[in-house]
Amino acid sequence: MTPRPFQVSASRRETEDSWTLALEPADGGAAPAFLPGQFNMIYAFGVGEVPISISGDPAAGGPLEHTVRAVGPVSAAICRARPGDQLGVRGPFGSSWPLAAAEGRHAVVVAGGVGLAPLRPVVLGALAMRQRLEGLVLLCGGRSPADLLFGPELEGWEEDPRLDVGVTVDSAGGEWRGHVGVVTTLIDGAAFDPARAVAFVVGPEVMMRFTVEALLARGMDAADVYISIERNMKCAVTQCGRCQFGPTFACREGPVMRFAEIERFFRVREL
Amino acid sequence: MPTRTIDQVLAELPTFAGLEPAYLELISGCGANGGFEAGEYLAREGDRADSFFAIRHGRVALEVAAPGKGPLLITTLGEGAVVGWSWLFPPYRWSFDARAMEPTRVIAFDGACLRGKCEEDKALGYELMRRFASNMLDRLQATRLQLLDLYGEPAAG
Ligand SMILES: Cc1cc2nc3c(=O)[nH]c(=O)nc-3n(C[C@H](O)[C@H](O)[C@H](O)COP(=O)(O)OP(=O)(O)OC[C@H]3O[C@@H](n4cnc5c(N)ncnc54)[C@H](O)[C@@H]3O)c2cc1C
Ligand code: FES
Repeated sequence: MTPRPFQVSASRRETEDSWTLALEPADGGAAPAFLPGQFNMIYAFGVGEVPISISGDPAAGGPLEHTVRAVGPVSAAICRARPGDQLGVRGPFGSSWPLAAAEGRHAVVVAGGVGLAPLRPVVLGALAMRQRLEGLVLLCGGRSPADLLFGPELEGWEEDPRLDVGVTVDSAGGEWRGHVGVVTTLIDGAAFDPARAVAFVVGPEVMMRFTVEALLARGMDAADVYISIERNMKCAVTQCGRCQFGPTFACREGPVMRFAEIERFFRVREL
Repeated sequence: MPTRTIDQVLAELPTFAGLEPAYLELISGCGANGGFEAGEYLAREGDRADSFFAIRHGRVALEVAAPGKGPLLITTLGEGAVVGWSWLFPPYRWSFDARAMEPTRVIAFDGACLRGKCEEDKALGYELMRRFASNMLDRLQATRLQLLDLYGEPAAG
């Protein structure tokens, strides 16, 4: 499957090392439809290709949005792309967040760092179906206030009575009004009924492990907790085996998976 | 709304929940309701730690003053949390500043009074120390995670 050329139509700096790019097909056609949680393989021509979740609103149509943190050669090249530049796109791939499972219950979204990017479509989707949810909780952890993604939008969500938002950072100066501490410390006080909740969690693996433990300690069932497994991928189409653990291919069954189903593998140290 | 007694309020705070009513009454004998405006300090680093606080409503920042940098926030504590362990051990001095980030209602405990009750009734002492130790363990684990700089490493998203 060859990448389809897309043109960057807008770029927005989120933090010191993260950018959100809007991408439109260079051939003038429509951007593909996608489900919240799915990812694309983004190709920086001449540098390489990496999996990146879609951070836009699936219901909005329009350009594809991706939020990328520069951590190495390919992600840095993607972050350097500016309006008019071209990137290759293959996808969308992978499973999606089962938002429908939260109907009549509390949706609990827990994001660490860039993990808010793949969860933004969940928050937007949950807001769109808010009347059918019992409650909506968003807990975000970041390194410092300057490292939080989607600043103005996040502030808007904090003001929005339709959702309960908790934001916490690892370190901050005295002017910071939010919490300081790891995201797991917000779980005990969050406004949801663990017996009637579905959780969607993304972040660094260690953060996800401790978050899931805190959710289970609060009384949630492992079957109601979904995480996104974002270990390395190469082909994204079950060919290379790079993302395989046991019989499972993260690029096909994942990245979004039910914690109860992957618990065994999640604790494997190397994949 | 009828005013609730301190032992009734205590029974709802995680640190004291499930204690026998007689113990709750004993402990509440060392406590008094208190309040702080946003920006007011519950305690200052180096001051004598004769008391500690259980937060009923509001939020408290634990911070260290860093010359030329302003205060550095170590952690924030909310409803139900206990602020202060220094009253438990000599030299009974606060290690951090504790500042109310918003209007905060607390139960303020007299540390010496509670230490005295724990000495008199070792079973109560054991029960309370067990609860404080579990509290400290939770906070230690959270602090360890916080120190790992999890989001610094390239990964999620
Ligand atoms: C399904 C999926 C969705 C993703 N969504 C996003 C997203 O929305 N935004 C975003 O910024 N990133 C996302 N990533 C991670 C992104 O793919 C990697 O950061 C990227 O592949 C790094 O490539 P590089 O060439 O820039 O750096 P490399 O030189 O390949 O790696 C730099 C450093 O990052 C580490 N690393 C690389 N990939 C990963 C990974 N997947 N998990 C943990 N550590 C890694 C490497 O070990 C190395 O230390 C996603 C990954 C997957 C599998
Ligand atoms: S990425 Fe190649 S098999 Fe999944």
